[in-house]
Amino acid sequence: MTAPTVPPAPNTDDPAPLVRLRGLSKHFDLSPPLLSRLLEGKRRRVLKAVDGLDLDIARGRTTALVGESGCGKSTVARMLVTLYTPTAGDLEFEGTEIGRLSDRRALAPFRRRMQMIFQDPFASLNPRWRVGRIIAEPIRAHGLMDDTTAIRRRVGMLLEHVGLRAADAERFPHEFSGGQRQRLSIARALASKPHFLVCDEPTSALDVSVQAQILNLLRDLQRELGLTYLVITHDLAVVRFIADTIGVMYLGRLCEVAPADRLFAAPRHPYTRLLIETVPDLRAPDRDRKPMAGEVPSPLDPPPGCAFHTRCPLANDRCRTERPALRPHGEGQANDGGAVACHAVEERRLPAWAPGSMLVSGSNADRTG
Amino acid sequence: MTEPLLSVRDLRVEFPTRRGVLTAVDGVSFDIHPGEILGVVGESGAGKSQTGAAIIGLLEPPGRVAGGEIRLDGRRIDGLTADQWRKVRGREIGAVFQDPLTSLNPLYTVGRQLAETIRTHIPMSERAARARALELLQEVGIPGAKDRLDAYPHQFSGGMRQRVVIALALCAGPRLILADEPTTALDVSIQAQITALLKRLCREHDTAVMLITHDMGVIAETADRVAVLYSGRVAEVGPVDDVVNRPRHPYTEGLMACIPTLHARPARLAQIEGSMPSLRAIPTGCAFHPRCPRAHDRCVAERPPLFENPPSAAACWLWAPNADRTAAVSAPS
Repeated sequence: MTAPTVPPAPNTDDPAPLVRLRGLSKHFDLSPPLLSRLLEGKRRRVLKAVDGLDLDIARGRTTALVGESGCGKSTVARMLVTLYTPTAGDLEFEGTEIGRLSDRRALAPFRRRMQMIFQDPFASLNPRWRVGRIIAEPIRAHGLMDDTTAIRRRVGMLLEHVGLRAADAERFPHEFSGGQRQRLSIARALASKPHFLVCDEPTSALDVSVQAQILNLLRDLQRELGLTYLVITHDLAVVRFIADTIGVMYLGRLCEVAPADRLFAAPRHPYTRLLIETVPDLRAPDRDRKPMAGEVPSPLDPPPGCAFHTRCPLANDRCRTERPALRPHGEGQANDGGAVACHAVEERRLPAWAPGSMLVSGSNADRTG
Repeated sequence: MTEPLLSVRDLRVEFPTRRGVLTAVDGVSFDIHPGEILGVVGESGAGKSQTGAAIIGLLEPPGRVAGGEIRLDGRRIDGLTADQWRKVRGREIGAVFQDPLTSLNPLYTVGRQLAETIRTHIPMSERAARARALELLQEVGIPGAKDRLDAYPHQFSGGMRQRVVIALALCAGPRLILADEPTTALDVSIQAQITALLKRLCREHDTAVMLITHDMGVIAETADRVAVLYSGRVAEVGPVDDVVNRPRHPYTEGLMACIPTLHARPARLAQIEGSMPSLRAIPTGCAFHPRCPRAHDRCVAERPPLFENPPSAAACWLWAPNADRTAAVSAPS
């Protein structure tokens, strides 16, 4: 697979992160109209979808955000590709603050360098356009090439790069299977020679045998092109395969960030532990697995203190009132790049990790709600 | 061995279309015993949901059962009329589908829906039905069930709604529950709650469950036996531990290998090349042969039957009596 037009790999030795987020927040105002508030005394309602997120995304590596529905992971993805404007906080991309840029022209050079792959390859490709036109669109939109023959050649190369044939440019999206369409989305994302790909649930709509093909492809492309990925997913097994660094989100906040191997070998935050314990595993099935009790509270009305305290077996009074900050775990040499937001960890109340250790609820755990 | 509760033999489901007849389910056979959870897995288009729909008499027209038989407790149910189905569906077979909101009426309180369903199948006063509804909500683990009886479906969370749907399926005390992707729309922490609930109900009431899902992890932890479907046919069926850890059909083997797990981080995932054939172009012989690393001439020409090799059975010529498996096993993919 040769691709001479592919950009030189961004310098992955550069220690500065490609993306740097500090206190990044996105609040949605869902308040009733002003008149209702004045006349009927209704209160303001603000949904804090993302609330003060600190994260570095390292160059040439894969960072993943995991969490259950409503944890804000997709909102982060949309802010990163400048589809949403952050309510507060800093969003630095390749050293430039872009979170507050709103002018299309000012954003254009950054948008070319970041692309997004969406979950549903049936909804993200224009059904009336031929594949060649779909993939050439970023090239045209960013004015990267204007010679038609050169564009056609580049589209052919992109198609071959993702495992399709150059001749497929003449076909329509409906002629492709789900997995092939996801390859088309990837080819389109690569067309503007981005450095950074945001993949929002890239394989959730695919069958497992096809999922393996796409995950392998993403990994190959990263190696060949030096791409940086942010992968958003709820699937811990996918994260285990693809991610170098993992951030676990709960109700708009990060509860733990850690290198992938460390996170699975020794998860620290009780929520991370419960998630890992709850996932059914094909290789090590636990037929008496006790489920995690409770559900994710409404993000409109998150619990005070640590948002997870309502489901946490280690919660005490401090957890119920004081919100824990995300702190690096261990100092100096002892720090492995991980950070955790948990009072129990800080107070050394956290029991040693052994699978199953966190699920303390009784045999009727499936009844608790 | 007890008599099977549900027995499916050579089931064939066809969809006549303008461009010819599509065969969604083609000669599927399996049994489910009382108190047993049978997992049915397969990728999109494998025919798992159509098999389920045929069993509960809910095939979307023009789909129809074109052959074979389905027996519930020895009685044939594949040719029932709509009126006869109404006495079987809900009464003897309960159903739980993927999206709880499509199974619940948004305009009625859950208590009313439960009581109405109970009274449809069992003669009972309204008061008694309401008391029974409360019991059911408690049984499926709705906290504060008494206060929730008069709540509407939208006032419940996704996981709680799915519990209500399970309560609905239990109303008439069915002996078989058909659960089609019951956890797919739910978050992982809720998923485990629902599968634990299904397992407990199955154990306590000796109810059989046909669990249709694409998630092998859920099957590995929930099902007793599993049937793997491919292109509308059973590729392999057997005890869940054998099928997962000692797969016989090359498709099952490929499928198990390509599922990422939490316990290891391989450099690459194993992959099965290509994708499931379209119903309009099912290959000759064994439907899996174009993707099979071990296919030989016979696979292209002749469709393999399910060869019994206890404890499991595989529809693959490699498992025909006297087949030479050693040569085939060493063939690299």
